[in-house]
Amino acid sequence: MNKPALAYLVSLILLGGAVVLGVTVGTVPISPAIIWNPSLDEAAANILWNIRMPRVVLAGLVGAALAIAGAAFQGLLKNPLADPYTLGVSSGAAVGAVMTLFFGISIPFLGLFTLPVISMIGALITMLTVMGFARLVDRSMKMETVILTGIIFSSFLGSIMSLMIALTGEELRQIIGWLLGSVSMRGWPYVQMVLPFVLIGSFVLWLYRRELNAMLFGEERAQHLGVDVKRSKMAILIGGSVLTGSAVAVSGTIGFVGLVVPHMTRLVWGSDHRHVLPLSFINGAALLIVCDLVARTIISPTELPIGVITAFIGAPVFAFIFFRQRRGGL
Amino acid sequence: MLQIENLSGGYGDKKIVDRISFGVEKGRMLGILGPNGSGKSTLMKLISGVLEPTSGVVRVEGRPLGDFPAKELARKMAVLPQLHAHAFSHTVRETVSLGRYPHQSGWFSSWSAEDEAAVQEAMKLMDISQYESTLLEEMSGGEQQRVFVAQALAQNAAVLLLDEPTNHLDINHQKELLDTIKKQAIEKELTVVSIFHDINLASMYCDELLLMDAGRVVRKGEPHEVVRAHDVESVYQTRVSNHPHPELPKPQITLLPGVRRKTAGQQVKAEDFLVTPEFVAYQSQLPLKTVSSAVVNAGSGWFRNFLNRRVDASYNIDNSFEEMVEYIEGSGLKATDTVAMMTAVRTEHAIVREYAGDFGSIVVAVTAGVGNGVDVSQAVAREQRVGTINTWIMVNGMLSDEAFIQAMITATEAKTKALQHEEVIDPLTGTIATGTSTDSCLVAATQQGEALPYAGPITEVGKLIGTGVFECTVEAIQLYREAKKA
Repeated sequence: MNKPALAYLVSLILLGGAVVLGVTVGTVPISPAIIWNPSLDEAAANILWNIRMPRVVLAGLVGAALAIAGAAFQGLLKNPLADPYTLGVSSGAAVGAVMTLFFGISIPFLGLFTLPVISMIGALITMLTVMGFARLVDRSMKMETVILTGIIFSSFLGSIMSLMIALTGEELRQIIGWLLGSVSMRGWPYVQMVLPFVLIGSFVLWLYRRELNAMLFGEERAQHLGVDVKRSKMAILIGGSVLTGSAVAVSGTIGFVGLVVPHMTRLVWGSDHRHVLPLSFINGAALLIVCDLVARTIISPTELPIGVITAFIGAPVFAFIFFRQRRGGL
Repeated sequence: MLQIENLSGGYGDKKIVDRISFGVEKGRMLGILGPNGSGKSTLMKLISGVLEPTSGVVRVEGRPLGDFPAKELARKMAVLPQLHAHAFSHTVRETVSLGRYPHQSGWFSSWSAEDEAAVQEAMKLMDISQYESTLLEEMSGGEQQRVFVAQALAQNAAVLLLDEPTNHLDINHQKELLDTIKKQAIEKELTVVSIFHDINLASMYCDELLLMDAGRVVRKGEPHEVVRAHDVESVYQTRVSNHPHPELPKPQITLLPGVRRKTAGQQVKAEDFLVTPEFVAYQSQLPLKTVSSAVVNAGSGWFRNFLNRRVDASYNIDNSFEEMVEYIEGSGLKATDTVAMMTAVRTEHAIVREYAGDFGSIVVAVTAGVGNGVDVSQAVAREQRVGTINTWIMVNGMLSDEAFIQAMITATEAKTKALQHEEVIDPLTGTIATGTSTDSCLVAATQQGEALPYAGPITEVGKLIGTGVFECTVEAIQLYREAKKA
């Protein structure tokens, strides 16, 4: 069996295991057999299909979206520390989402999709601004410059959100919990809300997998190799923003998934984007399902925000990558 | 194939390349030379389309660059950039495979047999097939450079643009890489435009050269038209000297360093010559520029030790070189710093004499034996025997290349005159001999003091050489004959 095939097999097995664990473990343990045979225990099947399954699927979609967006951003910026969270893109999306709720914005024809669409626009604007500012500071767009710019923007956007929340009084206080990232109590409508965007965004990025490979060697080199750099860049930015925006719209800002998953994927299976992108998608889903499982069981019956768990894993990985990049020569 | 018309451009408002025009025909190799900051790399970026020109046009096969979609251009033109650091790891194979990007299309484009063949061939040409699954960051700068050349070759483009392709490479890999590219240019009619730092490499490999300075073309043409000391000196602001390549009809240059060698007031003096029954020797403190027909280190070079060694008449000359080297090393000298000749004549009968003129002085040293005199004008089959008239001329002065050759001619004429004066007969033809069968001559100069551009018979130094060699040779022949009689 060749290496990519093995990689997909292992990743899919992990994802399958995560899903089974996600739907069966909890305050009410449920036997996996219920998945195939609901008639064994109607009440358990009800919990599984109406409460746990949407939550697991949503966690999977959010994880997949953030991970594949992170992988694409890293390739585009040639920056292993880039991810929607560290670039401030998640904050931009969150501001979009909070604004939608705060002003009660509703765009005709979009209906349910108003929230994710405005989040996406917030994400895209933030991404373009961060990149523009970083380029203004340092033409070579060094790793640290880009991340620092991301921090500046997410702090600023965070303060805007805090202001809006303070102004609304009690009704939006729940947003604070949501801001730290959570996929609880969402149900199937939220799955319907993000699914099309996650699929479209991921497909767009996957179309640009070869361009991403070329752009890892620099934009100039990519142009020499025949890549239409401007178009590819724009497509990847839009794809990444769609994914980030839709993920944030349903789950708030969950950090570091887009950093940890592509990094681990590259470490184990190499840095060819033709495989890094789909593998990040699968593994991102699996990771977030497991993180969500831990978040809701570790100090049961209290639930931790999922962002706490991802940051707990993600920050040390961030530190490790930073250390290796700076001390490891190249 | 590639036409550059009136091309100008730079970064922002700063014009770096200023109205440059040239063309390269299919299968030709053009080298771009110029000092740092002369606009070579900017010109390259304008040609490859990375930078938009402010005016002028680049045509590939007659079509303006802007008419090509990105992928189609990459199928026509491959570029090798200067090496950069990378944040992610790639294997050699992945890197070279990217060269096939412009040949792939569609959503699910698969890897064709043609893609595979192109990648394999490129890796083979650059001799990196064995590193296929090695990570780029684990390779040396030179190996990485070869990987990127392979990537560019895998593009199978008709035009190849190279920005200092021999960067990071040792001399063997420089040669290998340029040989490969040159071969591709000849066999596949690849058109190559390359920036070079090394003028000599550029001269050797390119069909045409372009010398740039301050964004403009200073000279353009075949290497012999461009690699000229005068232009190179004015563009690079340094002192250089031209010399021919030993194998190819391509001019080369040598840097003349700003640091002059010691001028320890050295003079060659007759009394410093060591004359013994075994050899005549002279050791100089500083190397002398020497032209000679010696056994060891013949031709031209710089040497400190000079040796004329006596060998037995029955000396086996078949491996005389090895034997001489052993002898030199055995006597505590370095063979690489020694010019050595041999003679069957008694070396204690050597005539060493100093002649002074207005410019300085010369020392002439001659050992002569006329047992096998030869009249060169009569072509008769002869046996080869150990040489018998060895002439050294050491000049305290600075000789030009012409002067070295003229000194040789003058010395030979004087020697022939001496043989005539002494009525040395060629035993085979019965006529007056002009020399012996294996005479050697050596001209050395301190290359300090007065410049002596010529050394013909009417110059001061030529006159000294003429009389000196004549007198010394006559005397040496007389001594030889007396010794024979005794």
